[in-house]
Amino acid sequence: MATNNEFRTCPDTGLLFHKPAETLMRLNAVVAVVFLMFGGIFGLLVGLTRWPAVHLLPADTFYLVLTSHGINVLIFWVIFFEVAVLYFCSSTLLRVRLATPRMAWLGFALMLIGAVTNNIAVLSGRSSVMMTSYVPMSAEPAFYLGLILFAVGALIACFVFLGTLVIARAEKTYEGSLPLVTFGALTAAIIAIFTIASGAIILIPTFLWSVGYISNIDPLMYRVIWWALGHSSQQINVAAHVAVWYAIAGVVFGAKPLSEKVSRTAFLMYILFLQLASAHHILVDPGVSSEWKIFNTSYAMYLAVMASMIHGLTVPGSIEAAQRKRGFNKGLFEWLRKAPWGNPTFSGMFLSLIIFGFIGGISGVVMGVEQINLIIHNTIYVPGHFHATVATGTTLAFMALTYWLVPILFRRKLMLAGLAKIQPYIFGLGMSGVALFMMGAGTLGVPRRHWDMAFSGATMPYDFPAAAYTLMGLAGASVVLAVIGGAIFILVVVLSVFFGKRLGDTEKSAVPMIAQPVTSYEGIGIGSIAIPGTLVLAMVFLASFVLYYFVNWKYLAQTWGLS
Amino acid sequence: MSSLSPPAHKIWWKEPIERVEIMWIGICIVWGLLMTFMMPYWHVVGKQNLSNEAYRITPAYFQKKAQEVVDKHTVRVETDQKIPVVAPPVGSDVYLVARLWEWWPILELKKDQSYRLHISSMDWQHGFSLQPANINAQIMPGYDMVITVTPNKAGTYSVVCNEFCGIGHHKMVGKIYVKE
Repeated sequence: MATNNEFRTCPDTGLLFHKPAETLMRLNAVVAVVFLMFGGIFGLLVGLTRWPAVHLLPADTFYLVLTSHGINVLIFWVIFFEVAVLYFCSSTLLRVRLATPRMAWLGFALMLIGAVTNNIAVLSGRSSVMMTSYVPMSAEPAFYLGLILFAVGALIACFVFLGTLVIARAEKTYEGSLPLVTFGALTAAIIAIFTIASGAIILIPTFLWSVGYISNIDPLMYRVIWWALGHSSQQINVAAHVAVWYAIAGVVFGAKPLSEKVSRTAFLMYILFLQLASAHHILVDPGVSSEWKIFNTSYAMYLAVMASMIHGLTVPGSIEAAQRKRGFNKGLFEWLRKAPWGNPTFSGMFLSLIIFGFIGGISGVVMGVEQINLIIHNTIYVPGHFHATVATGTTLAFMALTYWLVPILFRRKLMLAGLAKIQPYIFGLGMSGVALFMMGAGTLGVPRRHWDMAFSGATMPYDFPAAAYTLMGLAGASVVLAVIGGAIFILVVVLSVFFGKRLGDTEKSAVPMIAQPVTSYEGIGIGSIAIPGTLVLAMVFLASFVLYYFVNWKYLAQTWGLS
Repeated sequence: MSSLSPPAHKIWWKEPIERVEIMWIGICIVWGLLMTFMMPYWHVVGKQNLSNEAYRITPAYFQKKAQEVVDKHTVRVETDQKIPVVAPPVGSDVYLVARLWEWWPILELKKDQSYRLHISSMDWQHGFSLQPANINAQIMPGYDMVITVTPNKAGTYSVVCNEFCGIGHHKMVGKIYVKE
C-alpha cells in the first residue's frame, strides 16, 4: 500500500481518491472537453454549410472541417473522457492506488501528441479524407501517424486500468466481485484493446503506403478491417456510457441492478458479439458474400442488440425499483414524475438513455439489415443515426456525469447552476432534431459527406424534392440549438473548474452528492410486477421498433428489382 | 449496495432473476430470431437483393469493356460534353464507369426489363446512389460489381455520388433513362 498522504477521502461521497490518479482523471477530462469544444465548433460549421439556405463554407474548407469534426468528437473527445472514466472506475471505486502512474502519464502524453499531430495534418488542408480515410485517397503521413500515436497512448491507458484491477485484487481492497460499474468499464477496456489492435493492423500499413513503402492497399480489405476499428470504437462508447448510466442510477438513487447476473451477462455479450457486427458497414460492397453479411449481422449483431435492449430495461428498471422503495410506489409512473428532473446529472442521463434507445438503437438495427441497407447506405440517414447514438447517447451521458464529478474531483462548486439545469434539455432536443431531420432527408436520398445538394456546376444536376431541402434546413436549425447546448456545458464546466467557489478538502456541500444505497427491492410494484412502469416503456419501445422495421421493408419493396 | 460497490451477495450468480427481466429477454430472443429470419427470407421471396457476383478487374480492363458497349449501342449524345446515351439490348451486360467526377455513359433502359449492370471505379471509392429510387452501393476501384437491375417505373433517374471523392464530389451526377 502506498503512503497515506497520497490519498484523500471525499467528504461528500466517502470515495477514496488516489492523488496521482485524480490528477490524471482531471487532466484527461479537461483535455476531452477541449477537444469537444473544437469538434463542436467544427460541427456548427458543418451544420451551417449543409443548411441549404445558409451554405456557409466553400467546398474545400467544408471537407476539411467535416474531417476534423468527425475525428475530434468521435475519437479524441470520447476516448480522453473514457480514460478518465477508466481511472475513476478502477482506482476510485475500488479504493486502490493507480498502477504505474508514470506509464499513465506516458499514455496521456502520446494521446495528446497524437491528437495534435492529426489535427495539424487535417488543418494544413492536405488531409481532408474524412475520418474513414478510405484508400486509395490518401492523407499526409502525419494524419495516420497521429492516429497511431493516439492509439498507442490509449492502449497504455487500458493496461494501466487492467493493472489497477490486478493490484486491487492482490491488495484485497474490495470484497467479492467487481462493482457492476467497474465491470462495465472493464468491458469497454477489453473492446478498446480489440479496437486498437484492428486499428494497428490497418493504419500501420496505410501509413507505410502513404510514405511510399507499400505500393498498394486493397480498398475492400481496407474497409473490412478499418470498420473493425471504426465501429468497435463506438462500442467502447456504448459500454462506457451504459456503465455511466448504471453509475448515475447508483449516485442519484442509490440503485442497485435488478439482478447482477443479467446486467453482467449483457456486458459480456458486448465483448462477444459487437465487434463482428462491424460487418454491417460492408452490406452493399462488392466482393463480400450475402452469407457472410447475414451471418455477421444477424446472430452477432442481434445478440449485441439484445444486450443493449437488456440494459435499456434494467437501467430504468433499477431506477424505478429504487424510487418505489423510497416511497414513490403509486401507479405506473409516480417514480418517474417525482424523479429529480432539475438535476442535470439525472436529466442528462435519462435523456441519453431514451434518445439512444428510441432513435439511435432502432435506426441502427434497421439500417443494419442486409437488404434495407440498400436504401440507406451513405445517405445522410447514417450520420442521423450516429448523432442519436454517440452525440446524444454517449456525449450527453458523459456531460451528465461531469456535472456530478466537477465538485467532487475539482473541489469546486458548480457555477451557473441554473443554466446547467436546462442544458441537457437544450442539447438533447437539438441533437434529437439533428438526428431525426437528417434521417428524414436520408430517406429522400440526400447524400452524406456532400457539400452541395443542389449540385452546382454539375453537367446534369439532380433536383431533390422540396421536402429534402426543408428537412436539411430543419437539421441546420437543430444543429444551432444543439451547439448552444454544448456551449453551455463547456461554459459551465470551464468556469466551475477555474473560477468556481473552492470547497475545502473536508467541507461538505449543502446538498448530498450521493444517495444512500437501497438494500432490497422487496414489496414494491403493482401485484407481482416490481417495475410495471419500465415494462410499459419497454413495450412502447418494442412496438415502435417492430413498426419501424417493417415500414422500411415496405419502402424497400417499392424500389427497382435488384438481383 | 449500489452499482458502484461490489454486489452485496458474494454468490450473486445464484440470485433469482427479476421476472420482468426474464420476460423481456424472451421477447428479445424471439424478435432477434425473427429479424435473423427476414434476411434469408427476402433472398427467397423479395425482389431487392444484391447478387454475390463481383470480379477483380483492373480499371483499364473495365474501361475497355465499357467502351465496347458504348461503341456498339450508342443512340445519341447529350450535353455540351457529348456524353453518349447507350441503349443496350434487354438482358445484356451494361457498364457504368465511375471516375473523377462523372458517371459515364448515360444509360437508356426499358421498364420491367432486366439488365446486368456492371459498375466499377477508375480511381477512388465512389458511392452509386440512384435517385429518386434511392438505391445505394459502394463502388471500388479493382472490383466489378454486377447487379441485375429491373426498373419498375419509367422516368429520368439521376446517379448521385455519395462517397466522398474529393473537391468535385458534388458535381458527379449521372443519368439513367427508363422508357416504357
